[in-house]
Amino acid sequence: MRFFKDAAFKFIDKRQKAYVVSAVVLTIGIGAMLFNVFSIGNWMNYGVDFTGGTVIQIQTEPGVTDADLREALGGPQAPSVTRFGADDEFIIRAPVVADMETDQVAAEIRQLLAAAPGIGEFEVVRTEIVGPVIGAELQQQAALAILFSFLLTLLYIAFRFEFRFGLASIAATLHDILITLGFLALFRIEISLPTVAAVLTIIGYSLNDTIVVFDRIRENLNKKGGRREEPVTLIDRSINEVLPRTVMTSGTTLVVLLSLLILGGAVIRDFTIVLILGVVIGTYSSIFVASPALLEIQRRWEKKEKKSDRKKPGSRARDKRAIPV
Amino acid sequence: MFSSIRGRILVILAVLGLCGWYLATTQIKLGLDLQGGMHLVLEIDDPEGTMSMEARSDAIDRAERIIRSRVDELGVEEPLIQKVGQDRLIVELAGIDDEERAKELIGQTALLEWKLVRSRTEVDASLPRIDRAIVAALGGDSIRALGRAMEAPGESMEDLLFGTGPDTLPPEDPEEELEEQEELEVDLEVPEADEDLRPLSALLLQGPDQGEFLVRTEDYPIARMFLELPEVQAIIPRAVSLQFEWQPRAVAGQTYRALYVLQREAFLTGDMLEDASANRDPQFNQPIVQFELTRAGGRRFGDVTGRHVGDRIAIILDREVVSAPVVRSRIGARGQIELGGSTMEEARDLALVLRAGALPAPLRVMEERTVGPSLGQDSIDQGRLAGIIGLFLVVLVMIGYYKLTGVLAIAALSVYVVLVMGGLVALGATLTVPGIAGLILSIGMAVDANVLIFERIREELDQGRAVRTAVDEGFGHALSAIVDANITTLITALILFQFGTGPVRGFAVTLTIGIIASFFTALYVTRTFYLIYIRNKKATDTVSI
Repeated sequence: MRFFKDAAFKFIDKRQKAYVVSAVVLTIGIGAMLFNVFSIGNWMNYGVDFTGGTVIQIQTEPGVTDADLREALGGPQAPSVTRFGADDEFIIRAPVVADMETDQVAAEIRQLLAAAPGIGEFEVVRTEIVGPVIGAELQQQAALAILFSFLLTLLYIAFRFEFRFGLASIAATLHDILITLGFLALFRIEISLPTVAAVLTIIGYSLNDTIVVFDRIRENLNKKGGRREEPVTLIDRSINEVLPRTVMTSGTTLVVLLSLLILGGAVIRDFTIVLILGVVIGTYSSIFVASPALLEIQRRWEKKEKKSDRKKPGSRARDKRAIPV
Repeated sequence: MFSSIRGRILVILAVLGLCGWYLATTQIKLGLDLQGGMHLVLEIDDPEGTMSMEARSDAIDRAERIIRSRVDELGVEEPLIQKVGQDRLIVELAGIDDEERAKELIGQTALLEWKLVRSRTEVDASLPRIDRAIVAALGGDSIRALGRAMEAPGESMEDLLFGTGPDTLPPEDPEEELEEQEELEVDLEVPEADEDLRPLSALLLQGPDQGEFLVRTEDYPIARMFLELPEVQAIIPRAVSLQFEWQPRAVAGQTYRALYVLQREAFLTGDMLEDASANRDPQFNQPIVQFELTRAGGRRFGDVTGRHVGDRIAIILDREVVSAPVVRSRIGARGQIELGGSTMEEARDLALVLRAGALPAPLRVMEERTVGPSLGQDSIDQGRLAGIIGLFLVVLVMIGYYKLTGVLAIAALSVYVVLVMGGLVALGATLTVPGIAGLILSIGMAVDANVLIFERIREELDQGRAVRTAVDEGFGHALSAIVDANITTLITALILFQFGTGPVRGFAVTLTIGIIASFFTALYVTRTFYLIYIRNKKATDTVSI
């Protein structure tokens, strides 16, 4: 059995359509972020890890509803109550309360629940309390982590391939991250430390895919006559050659992630969703974003070179047509 | 020798044996999110910022030692108590069932002091000034609103205090007469309309004893808040301090908090304590803590109690008076603290923290994460099931697609799983929920490396190369892509490790170990198996791929 043997899709020719698709998806995502700014006051649904606050997960006796809990907790600054996973499990979230010790909020919620009639016995299965200072620090650390991993991979690719490959792969990765963030904003998935880990994994995965394609382009360029070949044909050929691998790898990774999504439990569900999205986008972008970006960057480069060539007659303009490696 | 088939098999067996040995002898360490437990981040509580960075760092060092000895007595297995940065402490306790009690034990300052009880009359003269200071600081209207609030419970005090009153501005009339006192710089100007307000002294009742006032339990939070105002602290006479009793006291059907007038300087503190133990008072069967002082402490205690027979001495724990017995005779190195209505467990905990010593400064909880043991077990079970089923599906796909070659890859992946688990144990890494996700993801990457190689071999075979050459070329050409892909992911994992905390670090660690293991498996193990497979094949034979 073999998929896509001798495939010869004209991917690069379709790049205009891909640009439109990407632009639409990006616009939806950015729109969602803007909408969030006006509706929930922040462009993302930051969780307690970043805003500070209290999360308590409790397991109640059967029959207790979230309405019961809301009534028990009451008050104007009432914490939010949502059902989590199993029927009798709930998550209670409360923001940071000024003039209150960080861990006092949790104690108060527990007291209110214990005192409320109609709730009965309950078990606190998880508590997360993050002070506002820690939250702000984590936010900064997450931003730094994403920035640094960007810079270092760019450096690495520039060193291993060439600067233009590095730029193109960063373009693709940026595209993937923006779409992922847009998705997170659209569905208001809670931004927690694991979600940030997932976004960083997407950076890694997306680069992984892009590198495999670029590796083939590099190899084909270095073959005899590779530099004389029309870049569009060469890039298309390279993508098609690695297409079986792309499909197979994405397929197996998705199989594992899907089993994680379905069976892995509620704790890592958001994490898995982000990863699945990342795999799909990463695969798409290695073909429809990274490779066209390489071509566009090269054409810009070529125009500049030609201009300067005119001033200096006799330079080896012909050799600059393709991407030098 | 590493490139001959026999040499390769030896290397693989050696690595497998090492990992197997680690797996057999050492339990894999589970994160708090998997086995249940508590993770605390503590910081020196210093809201005024009076401590220098060195002082904070030093205080955390000492707090680390003291908390360690407290936790050791608690009997928690392998606690993690670690200083992070300059002024923070991480405490991780696995498998505790009463987190509130553990937190109390860790966070309690346990500063024990002995002070002489003075007389109410020493503050009586200052009370009018204190009242004025409160009015000046908070404004007359908010204090009146407070009075209403006492009759209408349910409204939060903060709201009433700070949510109302345009009158909180200082009055404009500067000709207000002040009592002749030393601290004239304190702004005590009070508008005429508020002249009759006596916010604090209205709450203070005369106690049966000369050394204490009584405050009704319902007034206690307000009285305490008044006394904590910096403006008030500044005008309390220098020789004394005002401190509340730690528990309410019932007198004739009404409960009160006693407010003691104490000598400001403690004549003895808990660092002179040699030992402490919980016991029951033989007379009233109440829990007590018996203590023994060091030799120097005993001398000083005997000296002071000898001079003050008939007076009261207050025993103060974390700025609250625990008891204030009358000295009947000179007391030496041994004594006891009566704990009123406490339980025996509370007495034991108090003895424990007193033995371990006081924290150099109060600590504040910055972050707390607690996971119950049942939730952790659920996560393990679900993660395991998801992993096994995911792996099984990958096995099906690989064998269905690559046939015998796929079987080789699966054999190599089995080696991979042993390697990763062994590596986790060997490095003492902790498995967390995101860590399991990282493991499963790295399995995907290990499969990818194999796929890259096999697809390449197929391409080489398509071009009509002989089996052996195709295999060599396949591994050779796939190398650059595998190296580059793995290194970029490694970069991300390392950065995650650097910036992440707790669970995210766990993810970074498993991902890093996974990438290294997948690198070794794909390029060395799979290749070895392949070499064994094609060993006897002739150039014209085919491979099952």
